[in-house]
Amino acid sequence: MRLVETGNHVAAWGVRLARVEVVSAYPITPQTQVIEEISRFIDEGEMQCEYIPVESEHSAMAALIASAAMGVRSFSATSAHGLAYMHELLHWAAGIRLPMVMVNVNRALGPGWNIWCDHQDTLAARDTGWIQIHCASHQEILDTVIQAYRISEDPKVNLPVMVCYDAIFLSHNYMQVEIPSQEDVDRFLPPFRSLWRLDLHHPLTHGSVIYPDDYEEVRYSMFRGMENAREVVKAAAREYRETVGGYHGELVDAYGIEDAEHALVAMGSMASEARVAVEALREAGHRFGLVRVRSYRPFPVEECRRLLAGLQKVLVLDRSISFGMEGPLYSEVKASLYGHGDAVIYDLVTGLGGRDVTYEFIAENAVAALEGRLDAGSVWPSVRLNRHHLVSKSGVERLGSKGGAR
Amino acid sequence: MKLKDFPEEELFLQGSAACQGCPGSAAIRVAFKALGRNTVLSVIASCTSVFQSPFPVSALELPTLNMAFATGGATASGLSAAADRLVARGVLEEKPTILVWAGDGGTYDIGIQALSGAAERNADFIYVCYNNEAYSNTGTQRSGATPYAAWTTNTTKGKEEWRKDVAQIMVAHGIPYVATASLAYPTDMFRKFARAKEIKGTRYIEIQAPCPPGWKFPSSHTIKVARLAVQSGMWMLYEHEDGKTTYTAGTQRIIQGQSKLVPVEEYLRAQGRFGHLFSPERDEKRIGEIQRRIDHVFETLQFTHKMKEHIMDIEMAPPR
Repeated sequence: MRLVETGNHVAAWGVRLARVEVVSAYPITPQTQVIEEISRFIDEGEMQCEYIPVESEHSAMAALIASAAMGVRSFSATSAHGLAYMHELLHWAAGIRLPMVMVNVNRALGPGWNIWCDHQDTLAARDTGWIQIHCASHQEILDTVIQAYRISEDPKVNLPVMVCYDAIFLSHNYMQVEIPSQEDVDRFLPPFRSLWRLDLHHPLTHGSVIYPDDYEEVRYSMFRGMENAREVVKAAAREYRETVGGYHGELVDAYGIEDAEHALVAMGSMASEARVAVEALREAGHRFGLVRVRSYRPFPVEECRRLLAGLQKVLVLDRSISFGMEGPLYSEVKASLYGHGDAVIYDLVTGLGGRDVTYEFIAENAVAALEGRLDAGSVWPSVRLNRHHLVSKSGVERLGSKGGAR
Repeated sequence: MKLKDFPEEELFLQGSAACQGCPGSAAIRVAFKALGRNTVLSVIASCTSVFQSPFPVSALELPTLNMAFATGGATASGLSAAADRLVARGVLEEKPTILVWAGDGGTYDIGIQALSGAAERNADFIYVCYNNEAYSNTGTQRSGATPYAAWTTNTTKGKEEWRKDVAQIMVAHGIPYVATASLAYPTDMFRKFARAKEIKGTRYIEIQAPCPPGWKFPSSHTIKVARLAVQSGMWMLYEHEDGKTTYTAGTQRIIQGQSKLVPVEEYLRAQGRFGHLFSPERDEKRIGEIQRRIDHVFETLQFTHKMKEHIMDIEMAPPR
């Protein structure tokens, strides 16, 4: 079946096809349409599912953990402040080693209410133990939600999966998607399984006091689960292509990289724009390729080395900032390439709070890098002062001019 | 029902890590006996997180999910929704009782939002607040349940505010069942758990839990202090169902005039946390304030009781 739908409604289709049985969620723009659509599916008898309209995201995640602990396939969706609000329980969800899936629509954090695309929310949840897969199209959202259950429920993984996609660009715009048949999805995704559950016949106590003698092993097991996820994410992508159809890359989605001398690295919808930039750069005679990081956790370390280490210049696009350091994706790419090759690595921090990033802008900065006109380190080339910035003008000016305000 | 009629099976096992005289462990034992094996438990961060015993052993003979501080109502909602699906699919023959066990910090303060949300949704579970009137697990800091004038480590001259009353807040939610209980009246407590088990929807039971180290009394006095709390009117026993409050056990006897209120001073003197009200000099003002509040509540209740009896007499009189 072919639909023209919003990314949010497409995510709901993925949840429906995955035969999710408990959904707990709280409204937040731009995620709300996901749970509205699920609610409609339930009301119309299309899903056999309990929907818990909780009173906060903290509670959404608590209910999600609890229903997974009872041995039932569970789902939630959130964004930005909601993700930040449930942060404590993100750690809990990963530490409990139970499969569950959540959609996070990447959105900017306040203050200054901004419902537009930004990766700060998601990347701030980086170290919670969640697998994070970033999507770049509506079809990828649908396919990844289904794959996410397969990954999360794999006995070698048993970690929660966050399916991330960009606010408005993907959440609200309409695109065409192919909805697979329930039979095909059922062949790809077996019924729910988990390492353990709350069992009335075999009572166990989970999560009581744990001393230093045992705690480190718990964290190590999470580390192993995340390492195992590398192969499982790849296998899920391949088997999904065979069983259901649809393929969006594995840990990374590479484009035009085979004969490339230089590369762009990006995530999410901005990577789609970077793909157009690659075309434009190639037309201008610059052999660029693109590495779209699909799995941010586990991070595609080997893939980055294999695809980027032999190149001359690598331009990373970051849609968030680690204050006091640099763009987070930039840090990760550099760390992956440390000791491998001589690529000079640049970083654009841009597109924050939904600011449009055009392919012309990306190409312009890529050429600047080739011509030695781009400073190393994270630069903010799209920052500029408007008349209505006058109140904070002196503050912005004090940021300094290095690749910044102009 | 008498104590000897309680089920013999122990679902709270020996060898827990509780302090001597711990009211929480005594209460959980009665609750488990009343609810039985078909129960899924979630323990919210509290002393119970500790006294259930550390990994890899456990004193809890029920499937148990320990959860974060602010999650009681939400955790129950998730457990209950999943159990409904398992029943619908025939994996479970009968829906288990979902039991949340939380302290007053997790109920009055950090967890009230999740509890209120779950109650408004009438999620199907029993929420227990064992109220030791302070953050005992972290070394006795004030909570929203700490009574006026009580010492804690961050109210060293006595708490300046009056406690709030979450049981009444739960009554205001219109949930099917709200009850308060006391360790000194275990059969009353057992009956309330048994009654709660029969009902569907959100049920709230609050147990006063006198804490020997936190309240500063000998560990052999837990039950004695609990009884004095009821006898002095500092803790009231009732259940609320179908819009009607029924006072029970010791509280009922006072209201009906079968026993007299014990002066609150006896209750206060039994605990070191109120010691500053009596030494170095007697604090007439604060003792008087506490007593007057109790007197006002009981005078009203006793008056209402007499009026009702009077009306009943009129109604039941033969027609002339």
